[in-house]
Amino acid sequence: MTSTTERTDVSPTSTTAAGLAAPAGPTTLDALEAEGIHILREAVATARKPVILFSGGKDSVVVLHLATKAFWPGRVPVELLHVDTGHNFDEVIEFRNATVARLGLRLQVASVQSYIDDGRLRERPDGTRNPLQTVPLLDAIAGHGYDVVFGGARRDEEKARAKERVVSLRDEFGQWDPRNQRPELWSLYNTRHLPGQHVRVFPLSNWTELDVWRYIEREGIELPSLYYAHEREVFERDGMLLTPHPSVKLRDGEATAPRIVRYRTVGDASCTGAVESGAASVADVIAEVAATRITERGATRADDRLSEAAMEDRKKEGYF
Amino acid sequence: MTALDLTPAADAAPVTSLLRFATAGSVDDGKSTLVGRLLHDTKSILADAYEAVERVTRERGGEGVDLALLTDGLRAEREQGITIDVAYRYFSTPRRTFILADCPGHVQYTRNTVTGASTADALVVLIDARHGVVEQTRRHLAVAALLRVPHVIVAVNKIDLLAWERAPYEAITADVATLAAGLGLEVTTVPVSALLGDNVATRSQNTPWYDGPTVLDLLETLPSGDEIAAALDADGARAVASGATPASAWRLPVQYVLRPQDAAIAPEYREYRGYAGQVAEGVVRVGDEVRVQPSGRRSTIAGIDTADGPLESARAGQSIAVRLADDVDVARGDLLSSVADAALPTKHLDAHVAWLAERPLRVRDRVLVQHGSALVQGLVSGITGVLDIALPGGTLDASIVPGGELGLNDIGVVSIVLAQPLAVEDYGTHRRTGAFVLVDPQDGGTLAAGTARAAEPGTGTDGYLSV
Ligand SMILES: Nc1nc2c(ncn2[C@@H]2O[C@H](COP(=O)(O)OP(=O)(O)OP(=O)(O)O)[C@@H](O)[C@H]2O)c(=O)[nH]1
Repeated sequence: MTSTTERTDVSPTSTTAAGLAAPAGPTTLDALEAEGIHILREAVATARKPVILFSGGKDSVVVLHLATKAFWPGRVPVELLHVDTGHNFDEVIEFRNATVARLGLRLQVASVQSYIDDGRLRERPDGTRNPLQTVPLLDAIAGHGYDVVFGGARRDEEKARAKERVVSLRDEFGQWDPRNQRPELWSLYNTRHLPGQHVRVFPLSNWTELDVWRYIEREGIELPSLYYAHEREVFERDGMLLTPHPSVKLRDGEATAPRIVRYRTVGDASCTGAVESGAASVADVIAEVAATRITERGATRADDRLSEAAMEDRKKEGYF
Repeated sequence: MTALDLTPAADAAPVTSLLRFATAGSVDDGKSTLVGRLLHDTKSILADAYEAVERVTRERGGEGVDLALLTDGLRAEREQGITIDVAYRYFSTPRRTFILADCPGHVQYTRNTVTGASTADALVVLIDARHGVVEQTRRHLAVAALLRVPHVIVAVNKIDLLAWERAPYEAITADVATLAAGLGLEVTTVPVSALLGDNVATRSQNTPWYDGPTVLDLLETLPSGDEIAAALDADGARAVASGATPASAWRLPVQYVLRPQDAAIAPEYREYRGYAGQVAEGVVRVGDEVRVQPSGRRSTIAGIDTADGPLESARAGQSIAVRLADDVDVARGDLLSSVADAALPTKHLDAHVAWLAERPLRVRDRVLVQHGSALVQGLVSGITGVLDIALPGGTLDASIVPGGELGLNDIGVVSIVLAQPLAVEDYGTHRRTGAFVLVDPQDGGTLAAGTARAAEPGTGTDGYLSV
């Protein structure tokens, strides 16, 4: 990663993350990594057919990285599944394909576009496709017979997620019942389920956004270039900076201008906004995140703003 | 409305240790407020979350910011105004990162306290200073004792409503100390006002008679499980360096057998065979003798591997793979352990069981017992008693009353006969390998948390009881 941007440190130690002498005790990252590996091994060992949801977004990239460590020196014994909204950034799809090829894995793609093309799903008036991912996801899970589905969700992302288990049971409709969750005791994870049910497993449950970035730095994990500052033609809508895209047409009165931006999440291009930022390297991003004043989802996902309980509603519906 | 100080509390320094803690209290003791206060005072609340809470407070006709709303997650709770499930919260100070399991207080949700306490290095129990020790306090302390939570912090809350007086606090402290002594708990009490912030993260000017630590001081300085393991590792390394044999009791449940063959990432690993797992206890070293449980076979640790390279030793909490010197049969579900103090596998489990399901547990019920990565069938052969949560006997053992079945939230003494032997140990000395859960053989649901009690004498030297 090249970093030439001048910036002021938020703390004297922010640039020395990788260079610090190893501490005597285990660090937070050591503990989180060991826990994530434990969860992955446990769930894969008990699965008939596991799958990792892989979008090329940073959380799914970190899950995949943990999996490569958990099953070293073998290849990751798990397929990948991408629920493709058809609104992805090209860089992200390229990154996704390159990663899959490098690790010698098998990728399945569930395409929202094909559901829209043949009429099984209809485009929403607001053009947002994240909520449309649910049906193709559930169909893919049923069609491929996946019983353990790994996701990169973190509990710190949003209030409803704060109560989700590491191993979360889903019914035939993919629904999550917040009132009827299994107690999760010690590190004894229960992945048992009935035919037709499956479990979602979240190895990064206990990570924060900052932990994820520090881990990306420590491990030298590659990410799609969108996560780092770059110049881009963007326009403002509902307080967000959007890129024109076949799915995001300029409306009257909207005009693009070049700005230095980066993305904090890389989902559906039609509703994922960029933030103005000069953070061109991982270290820059860590400094920025450490100083940030807005939670990640709040900053950039239009669909989370629909209502305060939006996330909870979609989770009950089987969304990630 | 004073402006929120949004200076980041956690600087970008990654070298912090991790402490897991849980909170418990009865309804309206102010637990949500205390948690909100901790998050607020450690500057862990981001601007948009803070503004959302400010808005909701206003919508409900309140003033300022109701800190309790910061941790009330689900819609059902917002509607009823109560916390109904464990919510996990994350915050940090320059010294530590914290994982907080925020457990609801109602009697019917005690199962959540059990859940939160099972992974906790510390438990914070709330007491309303106006009410003192109530039944829920006893229940929470009993759970802490049952699950051997290493430290309990009792926050005596709402002292502002008692004009910051010392006497009521001292009386509660004395009651708590008596309970703690009977339960064998290490307890520290702190007088706090969660609402106003006194002695939560900052020392109170209103309690000049109190010179102990704040709640946050305690959380920042209590030794975490990881740190204790690290100290043990360092001791062992010194012993090895000085030529002495390190004290080496360790446990490694085998989760996964790594045998890549054609899927090896490089040709030299085609024949690799490693036993992967997370060290449950102690420090394992290359060259250590190994006993494989329950088969009893022996071997030696030939190597300890991670994706980042080989290690000389690995301590509790680390996820590793070990290679053995001999070609012994090892499978998922086996427990690798040091030899001298290896547990005897048993087909007879005698345990405290916290029953977490709606339907009752009865004698002759069939269950699945999940222990480490092993899952075996079990048959409930006896329920000898149920814990009276009012703790009339002062200790757990002296408060067991006769009872033939367990209902939701009951804690009982249960015997289970196992279809295959398991190397279950006394939970009192082995928090990981003494723990198990009971699973419904039919729908796979999690039914109970179990903590094994030392095997009864007369079980037989091979650990197998004839039943
Ligand atoms: N005066 C005073 N009031 C407090 C204090 N702490 C909490 N309260 C109030 O007590 C009430 C209950 O507080 P909560 O934090 O919602 O209680 P809880 O224990 O989380 O209750 P549940 O969410 O129902 O389990 C609220 O009105 C708080 O404002 C305190 O230290 N002093």
